[in-house]
Amino acid sequence: MKPAPFAYLRPSSLEEALAALAGEQGAKVLAGGQSLVPLLNMRLAAPSMLIDINALPDLGHVRVAEDGVRVGALARHAEVLASSEAERAQPLLGMALRHVAHPTIRNRGTTVGSIVHADAAAEMPMVLRLLDGSVDVASVRGRRTIPAAELFAGPLESTLAHDEVAVEAFFPGLAPDAGVAFQEIARRHGDYALVGVAAHVETDGDAVTRASLGFVSVSDVPVVVDVTHALGDPAAKALAELDPADDIHASAAYRAHLVKVLAPRVLAAATDHARSRAGEATQP
Amino acid sequence: MTTKMFGAKVPRVEDQRFLRGQGRYVDDLLTDDPRLLHSAVLRSPHAHARIVDIDVSDVLDVEGVVAVWTYDDLAGAMAEPLPLLIPHPALTHGRTQYALAKDEVNYVGEAIAFVVAVDRYVAEDAVSRIRVAYEQLTPVVGIAAARAATSAVHDDVPDNVGARMEQENGDARAAIARAPHTLTLELDVERSACTPMEGRGTVARWDPDTSRLTVWSSTQTSTGVRGCVAAKLGLDLAKVDVVTPDVGGGFGVKINHPWPEELLVPLAAMTLGKPVKFTEDRREHFISSAHERAQQHHVEVGFDDDGRVLGLNVEFWHDHGAYTPYGLIVPIITSTQLLGPYKPQNYRVAFESLYTNTVIVTPYRGAGRPQGCFVMERTMDAIAAYLGKDRTEVRSTNFIQPDEFPYEHGLVFQDGRELTYDSGDYPASLAKLKALVGWDEFEDFRAEMAAQGRRVGIGLACYVEGTGVGPYEGAHVHVETSGKVKVATGLTTQGQGHQTAFAQIVADTLGVRFEDVEITTGDTRKMPYAVGTFASRAAVMSGSAIHLAALRAKEKALRIAAEALEASEDDLEIADGVVSVRGTDASIDLGTIAVLSNPLRYAFDEASKAATQFSVGDPGKPPVAEDDEPGLEGKDFYSPPRSTFANGMHAVIVETDPDTAEIRILKYAVVHDCGHLINPMIVEGQIHGGVAQGVGGALYERMAYDESGQLLNASFMDFLMPYATEVPTSIDIDHLETPSPLNPLGIKGAGEAGVIPSAAVFAAAIEDAEGFPITSMPISPSELFELRLAHTDEPHPTTTPTTAG
Repeated sequence: MKPAPFAYLRPSSLEEALAALAGEQGAKVLAGGQSLVPLLNMRLAAPSMLIDINALPDLGHVRVAEDGVRVGALARHAEVLASSEAERAQPLLGMALRHVAHPTIRNRGTTVGSIVHADAAAEMPMVLRLLDGSVDVASVRGRRTIPAAELFAGPLESTLAHDEVAVEAFFPGLAPDAGVAFQEIARRHGDYALVGVAAHVETDGDAVTRASLGFVSVSDVPVVVDVTHALGDPAAKALAELDPADDIHASAAYRAHLVKVLAPRVLAAATDHARSRAGEATQP
Repeated sequence: MTTKMFGAKVPRVEDQRFLRGQGRYVDDLLTDDPRLLHSAVLRSPHAHARIVDIDVSDVLDVEGVVAVWTYDDLAGAMAEPLPLLIPHPALTHGRTQYALAKDEVNYVGEAIAFVVAVDRYVAEDAVSRIRVAYEQLTPVVGIAAARAATSAVHDDVPDNVGARMEQENGDARAAIARAPHTLTLELDVERSACTPMEGRGTVARWDPDTSRLTVWSSTQTSTGVRGCVAAKLGLDLAKVDVVTPDVGGGFGVKINHPWPEELLVPLAAMTLGKPVKFTEDRREHFISSAHERAQQHHVEVGFDDDGRVLGLNVEFWHDHGAYTPYGLIVPIITSTQLLGPYKPQNYRVAFESLYTNTVIVTPYRGAGRPQGCFVMERTMDAIAAYLGKDRTEVRSTNFIQPDEFPYEHGLVFQDGRELTYDSGDYPASLAKLKALVGWDEFEDFRAEMAAQGRRVGIGLACYVEGTGVGPYEGAHVHVETSGKVKVATGLTTQGQGHQTAFAQIVADTLGVRFEDVEITTGDTRKMPYAVGTFASRAAVMSGSAIHLAALRAKEKALRIAAEALEASEDDLEIADGVVSVRGTDASIDLGTIAVLSNPLRYAFDEASKAATQFSVGDPGKPPVAEDDEPGLEGKDFYSPPRSTFANGMHAVIVETDPDTAEIRILKYAVVHDCGHLINPMIVEGQIHGGVAQGVGGALYERMAYDESGQLLNASFMDFLMPYATEVPTSIDIDHLETPSPLNPLGIKGAGEAGVIPSAAVFAAAIEDAEGFPITSMPISPSELFELRLAHTDEPHPTTTPTTAG
């Protein structure tokens, strides 16, 4: 379990990193390494070069503004989780991050890295997708913003070009009359979810004006289902768009069953959350 | 015996070192030796294939590669199959693998080529460049495929049957035919594995100047490894030393030996004249060490209105994997220990031990007992359910009673000796367990939970465990002139706390300070006669041997002290390393006695001056008497007539989520009887660890082989060893101490106990919660969900309680 040989570069500026990446077709970017390093050690990946971005300046931020939370490429899950400002601006971040692996992994793994790793069994790609966030990427060709809806191309495949580095993720803040919730079922504490479901609900008075659900581990890419018009049976609507599969930990039927259990629960919790927030907002 | 140290909760002296990262494991050795070479193994990617060609021509071009071996490079005994360690007359078709595969591979992971290089990175690079041409053969995976025998694992083994064995006491089938009630059960247990934190590992150094080989191995038997290495490499035993450093867990897998690497590493070290190391990685451990547990059972039982078993007929199929290096130990243990604390009037057991194209099967903590316990306890629960009786009542009816010991079952145990229980008090244990878990109050609790929409169940399981099997262990106790006591015993330590427990025995028996005792284990230079650490035998075997050796040292100390103090031995006592004459001020410390015991020519310090030839002894006599030896030492061996039988009972209360089918542990209770406790803290630690491992085996772990023989979960990401978050936050433990009459300390083994009843007790509790039979373990929430679907037409369980009042 030792990686195949690779060149190693630890640039001190983003420009240097981008130039190196553009110049080496087989290069991979190393941030937290929590997914990449096991792949290297199992020899399931054999990049010709690792470009370690951990020495780059100004990418470790968790910045909260009016419109939402901006997370730099080197911000660790634990740092995002520890930010009470971020949690206030978008409570779903904390709700989901608590389920991301274990503290030791969260101490090293980066939220942006997890997102562009594009694992549909991971929490944070789904969260970004559910919240309609985006990722800023940079390359020698310039910078662009990829909306979450356009970020995930397939299993473990994002739409970043080879020469692009994700530098920041943007999670929109939660509106005052909106609510979120997250639940997942995993075999062991901190494992990948058998099924995870998040909900994002917007309300106007007692009425739910918009409701959507995001799903973990029941599709190839993070899937978000609009259930605004299926509040009575959100799971049925969702299952029409999901593709639960058998694996060694659970049958497809069991996963579908968990969708049915969790979807209404999470939707109800998010609705309650929205109403309690709306209530707080109108209090003098 | 009950004195100050024996029986006390003495904190483990090992833990300071382990917890501070100061343990020294095989991989830590020789790291500062610049000559050290590293190795990697090419392993079969196929479960069953003929090897057509191996091309290593690209390998030697890799910079840093030193050498590569395939089967064709092996000669003499190394080219013969690995030893079949425990032959048995019933094992008519035993087969073992070669150190490197010859012509055919029989499981994914089987060693094919061995590469030595300057580091492990380069060695793995080189392995990836070896080209092997295979001719695919049909793999046989799982018991069903092995029984169907449409394909053979080994061409010369008909029907994939390595062994057929049958034992019977009375006439079980006739008794069942006559019985008022009968039941038939089909029961399954899947594969799991030991998965110690430290995998296998071996380092060897050959000294060409002295023609001496030193091997360090992460093993449960250094003497066994030594014997194999000497025989395979054609070396005199006296030229081979095997040392076992700290071992990061064994749980059984490291009793199997020699592993291919345990021979190839010394061979490479001798050939290359440089030290060589092999450190197994986690994936290798999953696919090339050993597994256990997979069995299918067919049970027929006949019983009377009280639930008394009149006849029990068990036929089972044991998956032993691709080869049988460890013989029939696991299925023999299953077949005999299945009986637990019960006395069926007539018992027949027959098994077939089957070949499959999967990793070999050797003992894993419990060693066949968890399966036997599962089968017997499922049967007891089925009888109780059938008769509408309380499950504890049916068990009580079948218990061997305290006045029936020694109890002879009329069968032969794994050690070739009669299966005779030495002692126990099962009714007392059950009474303790019922109180501990709140058995009689459970229906109230069930109702209370049901009112909240929650579903709970309770289960119990009883087992008897033959521990401390022979043939023997020995010990050497040496009192130095400083008064420090150095003790050597040959069996190995893989985390049990032997340093602590054995020192407690020595402190009491010899009368010295606990702190002055140092224990060495698993070093053939210090104690070349030993068997190994397995079968919960270390405390019983080496503990007893150490006690006997310490008695001999004490005897000599008293003899010399009596002479020196001009007193009668009967008036002497030893405490804290000082021999004194009772009721007087006269005393002499053990260090001084050690000086006097060893007449010297040369003085090298103040103490030794007192022992030089002009200081001691009668000039008219030989300095060492004819029937004496120099030094204050004692050496002895302990060899019991048969095993001692510990026992225990576990109960668990689980909650099954009505929606998600998740299984939560609400309460876990253990009553344990391993005779006198040397150190209750260590015993409880063993139980905690065993229960944790049992939770894994019952609810999380399995070996997910696909049809082609690929192990799909060969990592800790997918092999679900429970975390601290999955095991019970507390385990209620109560002890019973029924001493063994077979050894001087009255002790029984405790190492495996915690894991034995796990599958049985969880199956019982889940069945009680759900109301349908649980016949296959382990069980996952997904499987429980599927079972619920299959039983949806049946009435809800909690309305038909299977537990009376």
